[in-house]
Amino acid sequence: MKAEHVVQLELHVNGERRTAVARPADLLLDVLRESFGLTGAKPGCRNGDCGACTVLVDDRPMKSCLMLAVESAGQAVTTIEGLQDEAAQRAFVEQFAFQCGYCTPGFIMNIVALSRLEPQADEGTIQDWMQSNICRCTSYEEIGKAIHVVLGKR
Amino acid sequence: MPKKESYDKVTGAGHYTGDAVEARIHHARMKISPYAHARILGIDATAARTAPGVRAILTGDDCGVLTGEEIRDRPIIAKDRVRHYGEVVAVAVADTEVQAKQAADLIKVRYDPLPVVLSPTDALRSDAPVLHERLGEYEKGEGVVSVPGTNVASVIHVRLGDMSQGWEQSETVVENAVAFKPSDHAAMETRSAIAEIKPDGRVHIVSSTQAPFAVKQYLGKYFGVDVGFVTVEAPLVGGAYGGKAAIQPELIAFLASRAIGGRPVKVLYTREEDMVTAPGHIGLEATVRLGSTKEGKIKAAHLIYRFDGGAYDDKSSDIARAAAGDCSGPYAIEHMHGECLTIYTNHPYPSAFRGYGHAELTFAVERAIDALAEELQMDPWALRMKNIVVPGDIAPTRDLLTPSNLGDLPACMERMKRLAEWDDWNLVQVDDHRVRAKGISCFWKNSSIDPNASSGAIVSFNPDGSLNLETGVVEIGTGTKTVLAQILAERMRMRTERIHVRFTVDTGISPEHWKTVASRGTFMAGRAVLHAADDAIRQLLSIAACVLRADPDDLELDCEKVFVRADPSVQIDVKEICYGYSFPNGNTIGGQIIGRGTYTQRRMNPMNPETGEGTPGPEWNVGAQAVEVELDTRDCSYRILKAVSVNDAGRVMNRMGALGQIKGAIAMGLSFANRETFLFDAEGRIQNPTLRDYSVFRYGENPAYVVDFVERPCLDGPYGARALGEHGLIGMPAALASALSRAAGVRLNRLPLFPERIWRARMGYADDTVSV
Repeated sequence: MKAEHVVQLELHVNGERRTAVARPADLLLDVLRESFGLTGAKPGCRNGDCGACTVLVDDRPMKSCLMLAVESAGQAVTTIEGLQDEAAQRAFVEQFAFQCGYCTPGFIMNIVALSRLEPQADEGTIQDWMQSNICRCTSYEEIGKAIHVVLGKR
Repeated sequence: MPKKESYDKVTGAGHYTGDAVEARIHHARMKISPYAHARILGIDATAARTAPGVRAILTGDDCGVLTGEEIRDRPIIAKDRVRHYGEVVAVAVADTEVQAKQAADLIKVRYDPLPVVLSPTDALRSDAPVLHERLGEYEKGEGVVSVPGTNVASVIHVRLGDMSQGWEQSETVVENAVAFKPSDHAAMETRSAIAEIKPDGRVHIVSSTQAPFAVKQYLGKYFGVDVGFVTVEAPLVGGAYGGKAAIQPELIAFLASRAIGGRPVKVLYTREEDMVTAPGHIGLEATVRLGSTKEGKIKAAHLIYRFDGGAYDDKSSDIARAAAGDCSGPYAIEHMHGECLTIYTNHPYPSAFRGYGHAELTFAVERAIDALAEELQMDPWALRMKNIVVPGDIAPTRDLLTPSNLGDLPACMERMKRLAEWDDWNLVQVDDHRVRAKGISCFWKNSSIDPNASSGAIVSFNPDGSLNLETGVVEIGTGTKTVLAQILAERMRMRTERIHVRFTVDTGISPEHWKTVASRGTFMAGRAVLHAADDAIRQLLSIAACVLRADPDDLELDCEKVFVRADPSVQIDVKEICYGYSFPNGNTIGGQIIGRGTYTQRRMNPMNPETGEGTPGPEWNVGAQAVEVELDTRDCSYRILKAVSVNDAGRVMNRMGALGQIKGAIAMGLSFANRETFLFDAEGRIQNPTLRDYSVFRYGENPAYVVDFVERPCLDGPYGARALGEHGLIGMPAALASALSRAAGVRLNRLPLFPERIWRARMGYADDTVSV
């Protein structure tokens, strides 16, 4: 078995141009974490089941374990490290919407996208979006309250 | 008071074990067994050894050490035989994770499958394969009584009164059996550990552990390393629920590092490995027989618990022991006999799970109480009120219950009754197909930990008069470090914002906190913090007395000033004295003030395995809970509408934090009872080892929560606080089963409560009758 083929990647991450050398098979999640040290995106299942690795790709929420790094070239990737004092972050602190914090970056990224793309979201829409993420510590009620604060439905 | 780690956690700045990405770290990947029970005929690692980047391949031949906290029965890497699906059979160590994975895939293992044992009942049959022939030779902990030649890893009895008298006094007798299979913690962070062995032999471990001090102790013991040479770091932990008190990834990382000359090696479990290789949530088969008078006074109880100990003992015999101590549930029963067995099966082995045997025993006891209420045609709430423990009663361990060591269960029951609107407890027909029903349960839990377990705290001043607080409590999401800062602030009479806490526990620096388990963080470390605060205050007052030329007894500390009580104008700022005091001419007295404190629970001793007598824990936490459901009687699908929990918190220290603990635990308990279980095929292979097919509650599936607290102080707790972390969960499976049984009109005694299972019970299929 010989060493695997690698490619040079140029990605747009958190408003910066970043370069990495990776295998074509490498996940966006792994390149973010290992090449750029952006460990806010968390591996929880590498199967698209838990949402802990959610980032924004051109403003849409994307599970970074379901996307190859090469696929993201030319698109703007935003990780939790790229957020600047978002309402969702403040709301999570105020509402105690996290405990262990491991799922938190994924939830916050999803909520940030929701608040931008569906600012008028009703309960059904909120539920549709949030069911892509798992939180195992909180009761979800706290996260619901944080979302309502963000959407201005306090 | 927001949690101290808030901003780290909402910005991605908080680091967990797996977040260490460094070029110098090598990677280990496991090869795991596809069989639940098999002989290993041979392992061919030739191709794996020559694959790119591979530094070592390890098998059971590389380490003969047996591990285990109660019984040393488990090899770190299986040797000759595997006893559960997912057991580690080899480890590949390589430069990158991808290379390690590729190498692990190239390892060829030949197996000869053996007959499997898939339940405690099956394991007790005379013709069952014996899973540990050397059980008699294994090293065991104190009080662990095994039955060599069988699959009984441990047995403990609890006896009170005289059973024959008890049955004689009973006019009504009911018997009820319950069962559920092993399930999983499913913490969002999978287990991970990094090990490095330095040139001078020092071992450094970083791990997603709740028990860094135990990792240190056992690593030293297993590998003959002086414990002082072992340091263990526990950064933020991404969910634990008891599962990360088990020592497993650390041992694999250690062996991997040792195999490559001590270079650092990281092992990061995949979700599948985290579910099937790492220990999970214990299964149980239990039978409870209750005898009572016509009026509903319970006179006799015979309780048989057969815990599914899985392939290796780990903590399961101690879980069974903890359950034995509280085996009657929170009821004062004069004549009782509890038998708690831990039984080897070919299931993955369990570790602690939130509640430590108590959600399990509560399910068995509460289902039997409901059956008795039905038999007596009594209100289940009233039947419970007639029998619940109050101060003056004797616990199964023969401890005397007092207003301090026992929470106020009658008050919890009364409050729950109101919040659940229990006066209206009968079935409500919503329309042609749908009915609503309520179910209740009550529980108790004594947090029994090692009798000599200790907890420490160190407080040190900064030059600006603010404080650093160092404890050995791991931040697993419970917010304990914030509560400890609040306790310190209260004693020091300063603002909590001025207290700094460090989130990483490092056994080389942090004072020992036995394990961050058993809801002992606030209780034990809280007491240690109070001692440390008092120590710091004494030192402050001593320097201040010198500077202010006053008796230290006449001085007070408040708002970061020390002043004369009778004349507050005579005062000095703490920041002027917390690093010693410098006189105008440069002379200095004292130095940085460092306060220290430790706490050990008073007069603890282990339980006698023949009688149950002992004092395994300091206080019984209690609560009363209710669940309301709406069932569609056509297909038995249902919605959980409302969950009520009233807990005696002793004193609520951080209201938002306390509510979060209870509600989160309710969600976890309901998710477990509603849908969580490993699905085993006939050969014991797990069919649902991912979060796609092992389903847990998701957003919007949760009920409405109604949570309230009774606050009767525990005199030993810091400011009266009692434990909270596990107690929202304990009664939930029982309350849900109770509500659904009422709604469906059949007794439901198996978990999880899948609609199909309810439908089968309604149709009279055998699935729901459990013979134990």
